[in-house]
Amino acid sequence: MGTNAAVSGHASISAAIGAARRRGGPALVAYLTAGFPRKENFAADLKRVASAADVVEIGVPFTDPMADGMTIQRASHAALVQGVSLRWILAELAALSPRPSAPLLLMSYLNPLLAFGLDKLPASARAAGVSGFIVPDLPFEECAELKAALGAAGIALVQMVTPVTPAERLVLLGAGAQGFIYAVTMTGTTGKSVAVPDQVLDYLARVREAASIPVCAGFGIRSREQVQKLDGHVDGVIVGSALVEVLERGEDPVAFLNGLRVTAGQRP
Amino acid sequence: MTTAMAVTERAALLGRELAGEFPDARGRYGAFGGRYVPETVVPALDRLEAGVKRWLRDPAFVAELDDQLGTWVGRPTPLTYAAALSRRWGAEVYLKREDLAHTGAHKINNAIGQALLAKRLGAKRIVAETGAGQHGVACAAACARLGLPCTVYMGAIDCERQAPNVGRMKLLGTTVVPVTGGDQTLRAAIDEAMRDWVADPTDTYYLLGSVVGPHPYPYLVRELQSVIGREARAQMIRQVGGLPAAVFACVGGGSNSIGMFHPFIADAGVKLLGIEAGGRGLALGENSATLSLGSPGVLQGSYSMLLQDADGQIQETHSVSAGLDYPGVGPEHALLQQAGRVAYEYATDDEALAALAECAEAEGILLALETAHAFAGARRFAASNAGSRLLICSSGRGDKDMPTLQKTLLREKP
Repeated sequence: MGTNAAVSGHASISAAIGAARRRGGPALVAYLTAGFPRKENFAADLKRVASAADVVEIGVPFTDPMADGMTIQRASHAALVQGVSLRWILAELAALSPRPSAPLLLMSYLNPLLAFGLDKLPASARAAGVSGFIVPDLPFEECAELKAALGAAGIALVQMVTPVTPAERLVLLGAGAQGFIYAVTMTGTTGKSVAVPDQVLDYLARVREAASIPVCAGFGIRSREQVQKLDGHVDGVIVGSALVEVLERGEDPVAFLNGLRVTAGQRP
Repeated sequence: MTTAMAVTERAALLGRELAGEFPDARGRYGAFGGRYVPETVVPALDRLEAGVKRWLRDPAFVAELDDQLGTWVGRPTPLTYAAALSRRWGAEVYLKREDLAHTGAHKINNAIGQALLAKRLGAKRIVAETGAGQHGVACAAACARLGLPCTVYMGAIDCERQAPNVGRMKLLGTTVVPVTGGDQTLRAAIDEAMRDWVADPTDTYYLLGSVVGPHPYPYLVRELQSVIGREARAQMIRQVGGLPAAVFACVGGGSNSIGMFHPFIADAGVKLLGIEAGGRGLALGENSATLSLGSPGVLQGSYSMLLQDADGQIQETHSVSAGLDYPGVGPEHALLQQAGRVAYEYATDDEALAALAECAEAEGILLALETAHAFAGARRFAASNAGSRLLICSSGRGDKDMPTLQKTLLREKP
């Protein structure tokens, strides 16, 4: 997909989520920290994850991951110790053969992107087959420059919304969103398991109302029970820390991701 | 990047700073500043910004703050003529005695001001970070005074080297959480305090201790610390009969220095010198001299100067003083450097220790290690500017540094 200049990253991400929805259940958006647990296994880990997920987020490690909980802090630190950098990640992605069919997004804090250079980033990301970016420390008011640069190369910038986002801001964020809307399920950092109380479902309904593109729920998604509860309320679920822990323990990410799948026949 | 900027552009930036245009509506100081935070805390920052606009100039709020500053903090702090240092350095040296403020440093000016604001905003609890522990102690004291529960995050390394302050915070009723992640110093403590705040941005107030972080913190903290420079400027005129030739303050995140410098920015004849921590040397990781040796980037909420590698990863820093041991700096300092209004230099660990020893012996004042950097810078300036009238921000006292001093200066004394 990514090398096809005719298809924008925005469209390919939305299409992948749409296709998964038609097969039944929420799309699976899977996150792994690049180069964790082992740098030399990154391409193999990515291929396995991409074979079982509909969209893949690749975490660019950063020294100060302020929105992340212990698991991704630990994974980022371990990746940095092994010398993982954005430059290295882009080179690895550009060399992937065959290319995964799932769209690939990079999740990075802003400073590694600034250091790479916003002038060079879009072309390098495009050449690496990257469809979109998620930047957790870049709120809407600060995103114009990066969004314009990526947009010129057909790459989406995914917007996050949260349970404390006021209604009028939700409309503002929804209007400019690309690829999918990343609906954070809770205040707090990534990784803590959450129940899915009815108020979360109400919140997700508000997000969907404000959005004209798919809505995916993330932060704290760990179990099939949670996915079942969210089925019908979101277009996709994002699994991050739980998958990172599976990879850390050397377990099979494909089996884990398949175990989270909910199909139409399995709905409670 | 300062050298690349034309003289006319510098003058234009300084003109805008003097006109009070910074921060602008987007929280920027020229190119620097802004608000780089997770979406979760954007509404909380919006509420804080509205609260700052509502209360900071409100007569009742100002009266309450002035009362706390006058009857509890001990303001105005004195201006002291340092006769012995003046003789030794061949200069005329005056000290603005923030070390005499309650809890022993300038940090209390900001802590009590923000704690009062937090109460007005309906906060149920306070979280804060601390490096040297001075901001943590100031927060703990202000929260005790105002009846607010307080949690302070402190790097595990700092907990050890500033052990007396950990005990003080506990006695003041604060929960101290040692941070074992990241670099285990101030930067990791800020990350962890932000994570706490992100978890409960509605009821928790984040009481940031320096002029760093997302807008409006750099502005709010500057406004609360500018009392230092306002008092010092008036005291120089009244007690001494004129303004100093040069003003010195140490720079970590940059709160005592911005508070000291800001009221002097319009005084074109007054040189302003910020002294950073040169640590053990110039190599990356050996110092905390962000403005002297860093490059622009985004860390912990704002675009400013940073110590980072070519991949944008933040570097570990070193300074003998925990309060300066930080790889970023307030965005307004980055602007003042770019505009050429403040000169930023650095003093090494050894120079700071020597300055601490000299001031203790000569003036009977035991400085904080952070503060000693400013004295080292002033001493160097005096050596090439004989007879100058100098004003130094004596930002804090050194009792908290006894564990470090036992291992350094006192190890060499029989």
